[in-house]
Amino acid sequence: MRIRQDFIMNTDAPFAPWEDETATPLIKFSNVTKQYGTFTAIDDVDLKIYPKEFFALLGPSGCGKTTLMRMLGGFETVTEGSITIDGVDMDGIPPNKRVVNMMFQSYALFPHLTVAENLAFGLKRSDMPKSEIDGRVEEMLRLVQLKKFASRKPHQMSGGQRQRVALARALAKAPKLLLLDEPLGALDKKLRRETQFELMDIQEKTGTTFVIVTHDQEEAMTVASRIAVMDHGKLKQIDTPDRIYEAPNSLYVADFIGDVNIIEGQVTKSEGEAAELSWGEGKPAIRGMAGESLTAATSGAFAVRPEKVAIFSDEPMDRHNRVNGTVEDIAYLGNMSTYYVRLENGSLIKSQVANNRRIARRAITWGDSVWLSWTDTAGIVLAS
Amino acid sequence: MNIARRLLITVPYAWLVALFLVPFLIVFKISLSDYAISIPPYTPTLELEEGWPGFRAFWAGLDFENFVFLSEDSLYIKAYWSSLKIAVLATFFTLLIGFPFAYAIANAPQEWRPSLLLLIILPFWTSFLIRIYALIGIISNEGFLNQFLMWTGIISDPLVIMNTNTAVYIGIVYTYLPFMVLPIYATLEKLDGSLLEAAQDLGCTRTSAFWSVTIHLAKPGIIAGCFLVFIPALGEFVIPSLLGGSRTLMIGKVLWEEFFSNRDWPLASAVAVILLLVLIIPIILFQRNEQKHREQNK
Repeated sequence: MRIRQDFIMNTDAPFAPWEDETATPLIKFSNVTKQYGTFTAIDDVDLKIYPKEFFALLGPSGCGKTTLMRMLGGFETVTEGSITIDGVDMDGIPPNKRVVNMMFQSYALFPHLTVAENLAFGLKRSDMPKSEIDGRVEEMLRLVQLKKFASRKPHQMSGGQRQRVALARALAKAPKLLLLDEPLGALDKKLRRETQFELMDIQEKTGTTFVIVTHDQEEAMTVASRIAVMDHGKLKQIDTPDRIYEAPNSLYVADFIGDVNIIEGQVTKSEGEAAELSWGEGKPAIRGMAGESLTAATSGAFAVRPEKVAIFSDEPMDRHNRVNGTVEDIAYLGNMSTYYVRLENGSLIKSQVANNRRIARRAITWGDSVWLSWTDTAGIVLAS
Repeated sequence: MNIARRLLITVPYAWLVALFLVPFLIVFKISLSDYAISIPPYTPTLELEEGWPGFRAFWAGLDFENFVFLSEDSLYIKAYWSSLKIAVLATFFTLLIGFPFAYAIANAPQEWRPSLLLLIILPFWTSFLIRIYALIGIISNEGFLNQFLMWTGIISDPLVIMNTNTAVYIGIVYTYLPFMVLPIYATLEKLDGSLLEAAQDLGCTRTSAFWSVTIHLAKPGIIAGCFLVFIPALGEFVIPSLLGGSRTLMIGKVLWEEFFSNRDWPLASAVAVILLLVLIIPIILFQRNEQKHREQNK
């Protein structure tokens, strides 16, 4: 997980146009609905994306994220509502007339053209003078470090190289908006990591607004300035990666992003930022942060990340939130260990502990009765 | 190379020698012979029991007279040219009709495609001759087409299609359409739809994306289809003799007549040898195209 610190620190003020009321968005979805017959793929979406943003659409397959992106590219029509890009209503404007380029999931490189010809394809069809095309192609090849491969055909290149050609081709016409459909989906894990940083680098260098579609939350967290979590055609939450992780607005988002422990119960208190959840007979209520629009006396759930749950052999009397259970499983991952603890009410809670020191002998082992504890601000109480 | 591999390669070579080279040499030998009223109807024939002098007499009897005759008589040159013209035009018409067919099938819903392909292949299950006779039933002066057009009142006199070059074109297009559709379909079916979207994304209109992507990528299929139609159409003789008129001049027909009507085997063989030489060029080009396509698909 890497929050975009470098990006934020490079500028004088943090990059957060979405918090600025006066900022003009580059893209605006107003009440956009898309229906295929009776199936609603996109359900009344309102969304603003600002210039220079790296915006991620994140969700499981079939959630509508690709449809939403293809609408921006002009490959899907809008059933209801409107989309504007740079102040222009996109209704009825074909893909070739938009200031938008797309990098396709399959890369869609023209197999009969060389790398250089692929890059020049869009330029030849723009109003760029012929004399400048070669220069621009070379510039793009340099950007993605593929100068040596200019005369190769796509089938003579590796997956990672093809991915870069696709990126360069989409950027060649200097679009205002670049759409990336699962751009790293076909790469192996290590290459993905490297390419993610390369993508961020290129986005900063060119200053283009990027909208990326991905189902990989780690990828979204790494690259994006903001993430929209989607489910069943609706936007569940639009926020910065850290807010999405630390302050999910619903159980769906909490569960979708990262690992989470969920304890269900009854909301007994919700005052300002603090909330309490009672979860078992005779047990003290759990204290946590109040989720969005949480009201007392409703059923709710407490969500806490495993790395915020500490594990003790003896009861930590100084902490308010403490629960008792039995260690059922230990997953040793090298850099950290995850303890799976079964509570008396049957729910399983994960506690993740960094292995700061070499383990000579485990202090806690299978079958041990242990105490789990977390601070009052570690978790969040959400309406269910 | 070990013996097993040598043997394995020997099989296809032996096949080629027995079924292509030997027959070709026989035909070529006959083309160098002279017409004779005898059985077989040419001279000289090689008499092995006469030994070496016999062979020398045989060798002396061979000459290129027939080829010289072919190059001097304008009938044959005209027939070659006319065949070439008919084959080229017919191939073009087949492409014109076949491409939309292939395109429509490739873009049809997945579950329909096998049935549509079956419809293209289905006519093959009937004898070629019967289909040509059926075609006569449709296009002849009293055929269904004329009856229908006269019944609707579009025309008052029957269209004369039968026994003209038009009938030959119709016959060739009809017969060889599957050879055009299938290879084009094979390339179009593999076409990644996102390539067309990418072309549009990069500034093409729908039409220009079609020309710069679809046609380009279907090229191997188009070329293969054209050769598969052109090569047999050039030597075609059943269609011109059944559908064409007395003025339809095609080398296949000429060859047939030389062979069976005139019984001039040597001249007919010379015609066949030249036809083969004419066809070798497109066949080699066809092989090159296939090989290139295969390499690109690796």
